[in-house]
Amino acid sequence: MSATSNVLKANKSSGKGSLIGYFPAGFPTLDESVDAAIAMCKNGVDVLELGVPYSDPVMDGLVIQQATESALEHGFKLPQVFEAVKRISAAVDTPILVMTYWNPVLSYGVERFATDLKEAGGAGLITPDLIPDEAKEWLEVSDKLQLDRVFLTAPTSSKERIQNACDLSRGFVYAVSTMGITGARDSVDNLARQVVAGVRGASSEQNTAVGIGISTAEQVNDVNSYADGAIVGSAFVKAYASGGVEALTAKVIEVSAGLQK
Amino acid sequence: MTNLREQVGPYFGEFGGRFVPESLIAALDELDSTYQAAKLDPSFQHELAELHRTYTGRPSIITEAKRFAEHAGPVRIFLKREDLNHTGSHKINNVLGQALLAKRMDKTRIIAETGAGQHGVASATAAALFGLECVVYMGEVDTQRQALNVARMELLGATVVPVTTGSRTLKDAINEALRDWVANVDNTHYLLGTVAGPHPFPTMVRDFHSVIGTEARKQMLEEFGFLPTALAACVGGGSNAIGLFHAFLDDADVELYGFEAAGDGMDTNRHAATLNFGRMGVLHGAKSYMLQDEDGQTMESHSISAGLDYPGVGPEHAWLKDLGRAKYWGISDAEAMDALRLLSRTEGIIPAIETAHALAGALKLGKTLEPGSSILVNLSGRGDKDMETAAKYFGLLDKKS
Repeated sequence: MSATSNVLKANKSSGKGSLIGYFPAGFPTLDESVDAAIAMCKNGVDVLELGVPYSDPVMDGLVIQQATESALEHGFKLPQVFEAVKRISAAVDTPILVMTYWNPVLSYGVERFATDLKEAGGAGLITPDLIPDEAKEWLEVSDKLQLDRVFLTAPTSSKERIQNACDLSRGFVYAVSTMGITGARDSVDNLARQVVAGVRGASSEQNTAVGIGISTAEQVNDVNSYADGAIVGSAFVKAYASGGVEALTAKVIEVSAGLQK
Repeated sequence: MTNLREQVGPYFGEFGGRFVPESLIAALDELDSTYQAAKLDPSFQHELAELHRTYTGRPSIITEAKRFAEHAGPVRIFLKREDLNHTGSHKINNVLGQALLAKRMDKTRIIAETGAGQHGVASATAAALFGLECVVYMGEVDTQRQALNVARMELLGATVVPVTTGSRTLKDAINEALRDWVANVDNTHYLLGTVAGPHPFPTMVRDFHSVIGTEARKQMLEEFGFLPTALAACVGGGSNAIGLFHAFLDDADVELYGFEAAGDGMDTNRHAATLNFGRMGVLHGAKSYMLQDEDGQTMESHSISAGLDYPGVGPEHAWLKDLGRAKYWGISDAEAMDALRLLSRTEGIIPAIETAHALAGALKLGKTLEPGSSILVNLSGRGDKDMETAAKYFGLLDKKS
């Protein structure tokens, strides 16, 4: 039972496809990030990926680095992520996955973090620097609380590792489209198709969404033709940075346009 | 206490592991298997040993510091002279080993992070020697306080990239190097310079540096007829310390002391004393102690020494601390600089500021030991690169003008 999975499967079977949208909690302030996230969910984002600002975001490009750094400078505190989830989930039904590097969770306490997330109405976690091999405690806690857990699979992942990510993920498997960090790219790597094919080969049930480098409606549509969802992050953060909620809403409508047909 | 030497990772007790993006796992696996094969390959070991003999200048000598020891209580002090290695520090030991592995993996490009610039210079040197492209990431703050080493790297043909994110020091240089590696892993080897990071780096880098302790242990026995009472080394990430300690881990009578940078002092919040004040966490791919706030955000460290200015530490040190096998004390900027001047004036040896922390530690430690005890200090680097910092600190530039 995963709300995230239900949304992705329903959109897939109706032929619509899914847009997963990233936004950092606390950027530029907590209130503004909540408003931004709600606007995203109301205007075309099917699953929300709410980022936790962290001091050492090694998977992120400059756009997201600058946004999360600014959130920290504005005094973002970790418990605020639960407040954000609570307020967003009160306003919209969109499943909310928290995207977090591992140390904040470890520091807060894995079980405590999971419990507070569940109580706030969160669906689960995306963990960019936690591989299943190191995730023993998180696997146990997320089973107990029935939270989604999204592991990543990369173009260089072995068959065994893809299988493992498929078996252990709940919600979807995050297919890393290209060897690199987050940020818009002109073209989505052909590697993305291979990564998705790898997941399909490992499981007929597991969902997979493609992320990294996706920023246009065309890319979102293309990815949805072979995967169960497209993940857009930096493009939304960039839009917000340039023109607030209005520009962000326009960008969400623009990249999700193809999915509404 | 036996068999401490046989730990090969990925875990040291509860520390270590691989907390990195999935995209890097294949490269870490490739590195691990290449290293495991090389370790068992006599031709690899021979090639590395020959490089050390004919290029690094190994074995490095041991110098007894008699005049310096007069300031350390009733003990003898011996210096393992890693400062005499080619490029001026212990860093070359690891760099040559990893550069050979890079060649075995057919990588044409190496990237490295550097704090003080010692590891960057060593990496640029190896790249020149082996004909590899080299990019060194260095915090912008560090490029300013270590301008001489930036010039050395550039002269050696490397590209130095000043890192302007975060605290603009070593920690951020590592983040930038990891981002580069994720994007270029097919042709690039990340030549990590310390015993931190994801497996196999802590084990592999330790093994390449363990030549320090292996030589020193033999030299002490052959030249002086005894093993030292205690070992002393500075600890940032911890590579020179583990390199010295490793051969002695199972010599229960030899005490191990690591000296962390206490910056403004152990009673201030401006320090880099991770093992004294840190909490367990995950930073740069491994579980270890780290300086972090209550939210798990990495805290900025402070030290006059760029090479020790790091809020994390290698997982094996965290393990040795928890076992009680090694002790870790803090040394302030002021104590280190006093020791730097003292060694210069008593022995005619100008140490790196990093190394001066170990020397200051030996002065403190000596006063607590029984008469007739001895301390073996890893003189991990020479101080040429620190002349500007030292001259400013001691007001030498002002006096001249």
